[in-house]
Amino acid sequence: MRVPILKQGNYLIASIQSALSDYELLQLRDDLAAQVGRFRSKGVIVDVTVLDIMDSFAVRTLRAIAQIARMRGSETVIVGIQPEVAFAMVQLGLALGEVETALDLEEGLALLELRTKQGGSRDSQS
Amino acid sequence: MTAKAEIHIPINSDSDIVTARQQGRALAQEMGFNGSDLTVISTAISEIARNIVEHAKSGEIILNAVNSPGTVNSPGKIGLVVIARDKGPGIADIALAMQDGYSTGKGLGVGLPGSRRLMDEFEITSAPGIGTTVTMKKWKR
Repeated sequence: MRVPILKQGNYLIASIQSALSDYELLQLRDDLAAQVGRFRSKGVIVDVTVLDIMDSFAVRTLRAIAQIARMRGSETVIVGIQPEVAFAMVQLGLALGEVETALDLEEGLALLELRTKQGGSRDSQS
Repeated sequence: MTAKAEIHIPINSDSDIVTARQQGRALAQEMGFNGSDLTVISTAISEIARNIVEHAKSGEIILNAVNSPGTVNSPGKIGLVVIARDKGPGIADIALAMQDGYSTGKGLGVGLPGSRRLMDEFEITSAPGIGTTVTMKKWKR
């Protein structure tokens, strides 16, 4: 099943609805890469609240999404990682690297506001 | 808990990875594992099943519940066993494959060492040209 992507103002919100296969994750990556350009989006939120696991492939793909979006001038925030999922990811040895995260959609939107309204990436703010 | 037949899940494509981890979670839930163990078990199954798809193209995952009889000093325990079996190219250097960050595929190299950390017991046998079998166990706390 394709992940629905909502356009809200300058942002895209990809709200994962069910467990995803590797193929579906790659499809989400490609859809977001295309839509960031089509809608000239400044930010992307990927909501993973419903995912009951995030394995190495999911993490790698989310990192790729964030890197591609950044190259296209858009910031990405991953929201909704469940506590058990975070626990298993850490034990597995997975990290999201420099990908930003927030507790939930509301916090994610607030973070994007901060990142995009202050002009420039976090690197230039410090 | 009554003895149940093993669950065999053929692994031929990436969507079978999802099936395997969901069936593993369902069995673990039925056995009474807690929430974070359910996630840990299904994450390990996902990594091991992906190894089959990436390196051997096809194989199978076998799920089973086992009882370890108690002794005078320790109570018995029940555990979930996951066996991942393929007839793929095999692993020439298992010690190397078990190292964090080592990958011959397109992965992050956390699959095998990470799964060993997630589970209580982990065993791997492999022979080049013959295939690979990973057996992992999680005991219910």
